[in-house]
Amino acid sequence: MAEVEGGGCELFSAGHRACGGCGPALAARLLLKATGKNVIIAAATGCMEVFSTPYPETAWGVPWIHSLFENPAAVASGIEAALKRQGRTEKVVCIGGDGSTLDIGVLCISGAFERGHDITYICYDNEAYMNTGIQRSGATPYGASTTTSPAGPCSLGNPRPKKDMPAILAAHGAPYVATASIAYPNDFVQKVERAINTPGPCYIQVHTPCCTGWGFESGETLNMAKLAIETGLWVNYEMVDGRVEKAKKVRRKPVEEYLAKQKRFRHLFKPARRDDVIANIQAIADANAERFGIDIKRKESSE
Amino acid sequence: MLEFMEGSHAVAEIVKRCRPQVIAAYPITPQTHIVEDLAQMVANCEIDAEYITVESEFSALSACLGASAAGSRVYSATTSQGLALMFEVCFNAAGMRQPIVMTIANRSLGAPLSIWNDQQDSISLRDSGWLQFYAEDNQETADLHMIAYKVCEDHDVLLPAFVCFDGFILTHTFEPVALPTQEEVDAYLPAFNPYQRLDAENPLSFGMYATPEYYTEFRYEVDRAQYRAKEAFIKAGREFGEQFGRDYSAPVEGYRLEDADTALVAMGSICGTAKDAIDEMREHGRKIGLLKIRTYRPFPAQEIADALKGVSTVAVLDKNISLGSGGAVGTEVKAALYGSGISVYDYIIALGGRDVRKRDIAAVVDLAEKGEGDMFYGLRTEVL
Repeated sequence: MAEVEGGGCELFSAGHRACGGCGPALAARLLLKATGKNVIIAAATGCMEVFSTPYPETAWGVPWIHSLFENPAAVASGIEAALKRQGRTEKVVCIGGDGSTLDIGVLCISGAFERGHDITYICYDNEAYMNTGIQRSGATPYGASTTTSPAGPCSLGNPRPKKDMPAILAAHGAPYVATASIAYPNDFVQKVERAINTPGPCYIQVHTPCCTGWGFESGETLNMAKLAIETGLWVNYEMVDGRVEKAKKVRRKPVEEYLAKQKRFRHLFKPARRDDVIANIQAIADANAERFGIDIKRKESSE
Repeated sequence: MLEFMEGSHAVAEIVKRCRPQVIAAYPITPQTHIVEDLAQMVANCEIDAEYITVESEFSALSACLGASAAGSRVYSATTSQGLALMFEVCFNAAGMRQPIVMTIANRSLGAPLSIWNDQQDSISLRDSGWLQFYAEDNQETADLHMIAYKVCEDHDVLLPAFVCFDGFILTHTFEPVALPTQEEVDAYLPAFNPYQRLDAENPLSFGMYATPEYYTEFRYEVDRAQYRAKEAFIKAGREFGEQFGRDYSAPVEGYRLEDADTALVAMGSICGTAKDAIDEMREHGRKIGLLKIRTYRPFPAQEIADALKGVSTVAVLDKNISLGSGGAVGTEVKAALYGSGISVYDYIIALGGRDVRKRDIAAVVDLAEKGEGDMFYGLRTEVL
């Protein structure tokens, strides 16, 4: 892990307005530990932007710019071009939530990655539009109830699985694409260090549970992130030049252990168990395990 | 020395001499020749700039915003649908006080799709905070780019600007243009000196959100900067005149207004046709003049009132329509002349590339003098 400069002071300062137990706030803090001071951040509209920069206060100890919801990759393209022309050395890092990154900002991200700008894009994935009050995004998992994919007699919750943004950006020829989780901070920091030191456009999608949006106690954020990994519903992996390398192996737990702890999946258990939906979610985890080869040899008895 | 060249090429040549460090643009008719020429200049090592081939106009202006915030002089050009796609970024760039200069090759907005000229595109962005300068010919178009950079980058202003010239009518038309040398431009336009920039040595946060306790004051500051821009424009225009002999210091410019009874008010290339029509009408003893608006934003209301105080009738030529209300320029001219007793009539004219001839100008004057106005001129009722 990069040593934090300035006598141990945090570059992402305390005192911001995030909820207690906020996953994205932890990701921001870890991100700046990895980048150090020589960085310029281009941020999207979203929870992180709002809780960290209410004028005239800012939590950012590095140069930071927010323009719009969908354009940090385009803003960063301009910053990178300007720095190149001026002969400057700052790294350029974008930050966007999953709504910005997987939905409204895809055009700008695709353009920036296709053009090959030397930028790193960090998507903090809390699996819905949390800033506006928990609406579904392209990153909302199958079966999750949100305010725009509510569960009901005619709805199982969000009807679609998560969009595979890492694969989309790997297909753009990105030299380095990774997923990470705030439950594994050293891994996240190392991936950021690798991304910012890899020439060309790099992408990291970091899983950042949202206690408010998912419905769990604020002290459980890291446990929830860890359970996502342990059930195979989130996989930490790296893709180098489009090939998957180093997926984190786990001894998998049933997805129910993860689902039952969150209000967004409560309708799968009450008033009646939805075994069909739970089985479909288990199938998603099984497919992840198969695709990334993450299973540590399972005992027959645990089947 | 006058050279015979296309309007778009004149713009590219002058932009090159303004030394932008970052150019980001997306092709759209009738703007394309400008950005093609600039791309070739970059390829030929004639211009020391990064040229970002963005995937949309939205990203073009977003990239310019980022590069400007990082401390580089930037340039883009667009029109019509492209400018509409930039709508969100336009408001943002002005609110973030980035001195971006962008050429608008004025074109109509769909539907129905039309690639031809009117001024609906830039006029629809009148509330965005961008300065808007309108050129009558290709010489003025080229010259206004130098003035625009000087005004925008003035630390008392710090606003972005559109330099508007009519699509096809000017962009694709060859005219004699006097291009200054690089040394002359350098003498007029100093290197970009950003007021603030993104810099790891001095970390600042740009584009924070504002609660109701602060938002109004941010908007007030942009509004004040618009008014300061008028003074900066007058000064920069005067300096330009002293150096190059062409004076653009007037936000509005009169033509044969001194003894006029009826005045036309217009922006852009239609002013040239109007001047010819006025000369012909004056040969027949009619006292007609023209007031050309050069700076639509900031809107020169006082200058308009002063310039028109001797006339009895005003006919505004509006190459736009605020649907359900009237022409945008006419509405503002009426407000500027409120209480003056002058009769002001508005004419929606030349939409979507419909040609305006001298006899059309004369017909508008006849209508105004008969007290008939606030109408679409030349409506083809047979196709309604």
